Amino acid sequence: MVAAVAAVAAVAAVAVVDNAPIIDLHNVVKQYGAGESAIFALDGVSLSIYPGEYVAIMGASGSGKSTLMNVIGALDIPTSGEYYLDGIDMASLDENQLAIVRGRKIGFIFQSFNLIPRTSALANVELPLAYQGIKMKERRLRALKALDLVGLSDRLTHEPTELSGGQQQRVAVARALVTKPALLLADEPTGALDSKSTADLLDLFDLVNAAGRTVVLITHEADVAARAKRIIRMRDGKIIEDTAKVLA
Amino acid sequence: MNFFEMVRFAVRGLVANRLRSALTTLGILIGVGSVIILVAVGNGSSKQIQDNIAKLGTNTITVMRGGGGFGARAQSRNTQGKPLTVGDAVQLSDKKSAPNVKQAAPVSNATSVCTNGSSSTTPASFIGTWPSYFEAKNTKVVKGTYFTNDDVTEGRRVAVIGKTTASDLFGEENPIGKVMRCGGIPFTIVGLTETAGSNGFLDGDSLIISPITAVQRALTGYGNISSIVVQAKSAKVQDQAQIEIESILDRSHGISNVNSRDYRLLNQASLLATTTSTTKVFTVLLGAVAAISLLVGGIGITNIMLVTVVERTREIGIRKAIGARRRAILGQFLIEATILSLVGGVLGVIVGFIGSNFMIVGVKPVIVPSSVFLAFGVSVFIGLFFGGYPASRAASLRPIEALRYE
Repeated sequence: MVAAVAAVAAVAAVAVVDNAPIIDLHNVVKQYGAGESAIFALDGVSLSIYPGEYVAIMGASGSGKSTLMNVIGALDIPTSGEYYLDGIDMASLDENQLAIVRGRKIGFIFQSFNLIPRTSALANVELPLAYQGIKMKERRLRALKALDLVGLSDRLTHEPTELSGGQQQRVAVARALVTKPALLLADEPTGALDSKSTADLLDLFDLVNAAGRTVVLITHEADVAARAKRIIRMRDGKIIEDTAKVLA
Repeated sequence: MNFFEMVRFAVRGLVANRLRSALTTLGILIGVGSVIILVAVGNGSSKQIQDNIAKLGTNTITVMRGGGGFGARAQSRNTQGKPLTVGDAVQLSDKKSAPNVKQAAPVSNATSVCTNGSSSTTPASFIGTWPSYFEAKNTKVVKGTYFTNDDVTEGRRVAVIGKTTASDLFGEENPIGKVMRCGGIPFTIVGLTETAGSNGFLDGDSLIISPITAVQRALTGYGNISSIVVQAKSAKVQDQAQIEIESILDRSHGISNVNSRDYRLLNQASLLATTTSTTKVFTVLLGAVAAISLLVGGIGITNIMLVTVVERTREIGIRKAIGARRRAILGQFLIEATILSLVGGVLGVIVGFIGSNFMIVGVKPVIVPSSVFLAFGVSVFIGLFFGGYPASRAASLRPIEALRYE
């Protein structure tokens, strides 16, 4: 475990120590439809998350937590409000710049793993580096390291269908970490996993966070949220509760 | 992401979807190959017909009895006018009055049942003529000999027969030197003609050619003859030869008004022109069929390309989520489509070329180069457009929309 922690620290050399928030949302609104039938998936959300935090966002389905995650991850664009990611005004970026930000600053983990089908674990992990234009040799090296970190060194050539759900999600974690992102975003990462895989994955998140990386995860399971240091509850597109745990 | 990298991604994408890639390639292959072969068959059959007509001799002119046209007047001309005679053929052979005529031969058509023991046959044409007929009509004897002018003078009952007649009467035996009876009269077979094939109406090998004197004495009588075959010195002087024939016959038949001629001329060149335009229609028809198959093939390619992109919309979403730019995604899909189209197209051309080496329903296909370029160009264009266009649409989706796509 000590070796693993050291490895995480090596992969995750995040050098953010100042007090500027990594995620800064001001009165963000996401509206679907218009007029009478308008639905507010996000109804004026303001939120600041600082580097190194471990945040769980909870809420019933339809509470707007997934929309919030999509906005934070720059996968979706809010209807109004301001969003600064690591100090960058996201509204000022075009398509391409958003893609670059997603590639460099954010690591995504999805409930349904979202690995590229019929492509080996190694190739899947190399992919984000390839899109950043990193040379093949370095790419290979970093991908091997990331897969080693999640404990899948012996599954490099396996395709997603040849891996268990837990293994697939660990490949996804390796893919998310390989770019050394400032922020790890996980949308119901344990939703499709058994309890053993869930525990393994959460241990991995703890390591990542311990190495100084910001982790935001969305879940509706209380025991998963309990691992986080700060819990945000949502209902009807609004934050209704925001509690930071006192560290033991 | 550089170009080389995109090509690697594209190849990886194709290999990851082997079956679909193979099927797409196959679709393009069949589209291109079938168009090439189909057009080649059309072209080949039209070439074949032209060759067959050329085989009949392109610089021959046939003089037939009766004026041109239809109706009562033409009919009365046909029956009232002076018939063609051997004398006319002799005059047309005259080197002084017809310098552009190489040779002429009278043709007397007989109808008769010929027998050899219990075997019998009715030849499609039983011709009494002179030896010059063989050259004028481009009819070759491959076994035995031609009959000679001497045979004509002496009225010897000898015959050159076609393959069908020979097999009808003698089966597999060599017919040379054997005797057959036509209308009860014995004819000795001296030669066997080269296989002519069928022209669609008549079996060109169901044939007997004998000296005109013998045919007239034995079967038709010494009266009129059916036609005169004239060979011009070359295709170039055919028109002059035709004028000479007309002036000689006008004189001997006492015709002053060209509209009341009691004979007409049929030349191979005009026949060739007619059939060429006929075969052109045929080629156009096959071309239309080919165009339809290309269209159907194109729709097939379109379909697979569209399905491919739609099916991979989610994958596009994943790629965008992990930092792929629009250009990288579009590039990958375009290169995939290019590789599929090019490989399918090239294989289709190869299959087209190989397929065109075989006889297809009795026709030797002859490849039309423009069909190769057209088929190749159209399918590659369709592949690129319908691979590229939906990919560009998918690549401009917001990642969350693409990710939600099921």
